[in-house]
Amino acid sequence: MADEIRYLNPIDIETKQEKYCRFKKHGIKYIDYKDADFLLKLCNEQGKLLPRRLTGTSLKYQRKVAQAVKKARHLALMPYVADMLK
Amino acid sequence: MNRYETVFILTPVLSEEQAAETVDKFKKFLKGKGASIKHEENWGLRKLAYPIQKKTTGFYYLMEFEAPGEVITPFETEFRRDERVLRFLTTAMDKFHTLYAESRRNKAKEKKETKAEA
Repeated sequence: MADEIRYLNPIDIETKQEKYCRFKKHGIKYIDYKDADFLLKLCNEQGKLLPRRLTGTSLKYQRKVAQAVKKARHLALMPYVADMLK
Repeated sequence: MNRYETVFILTPVLSEEQAAETVDKFKKFLKGKGASIKHEENWGLRKLAYPIQKKTTGFYYLMEFEAPGEVITPFETEFRRDERVLRFLTTAMDKFHTLYAESRRNKAKEKKETKAEA
């Protein structure tokens, strides 16, 4: 009766958390290049931009984020290269 | 008449009134060209994320103004000529940007009021 294997506790298959575009969800229409700490949320430790597959943002807003981060870097509000930024 | 927003950084070597005087120079230039300044912000001395011209801090200044399009290039050459300005960035403001700027201003005002009361 192999098929009757019952587990002690149900194995929780890691449910895939649905990724969503935070800009569409919260209705953010403009990404400001001046508040660096919001932009830091979308960068990794080295200050590089996180790809869309990780953040889940839509293409339209990813381009706006990229432009905003580049403007912030130009104004030295954000570093071009950083280590252990967070 | 389009709406623009300029952020520029002055060298930290300047004293307070020298910094204010440079800012006035740009304001007069803009007024002379028929622009109307909507909003200004002085972020004061801030640490730069990376050294610019061997300096690690700078006076940040934000200026939001409405101007005809052809004012911008001479305005920027003015910035390039002035060696006290480390860096500048002028952005055109579209509809969402202006809405955002207004809401940001009101939030700042509210914060000031709550601070004043507290």
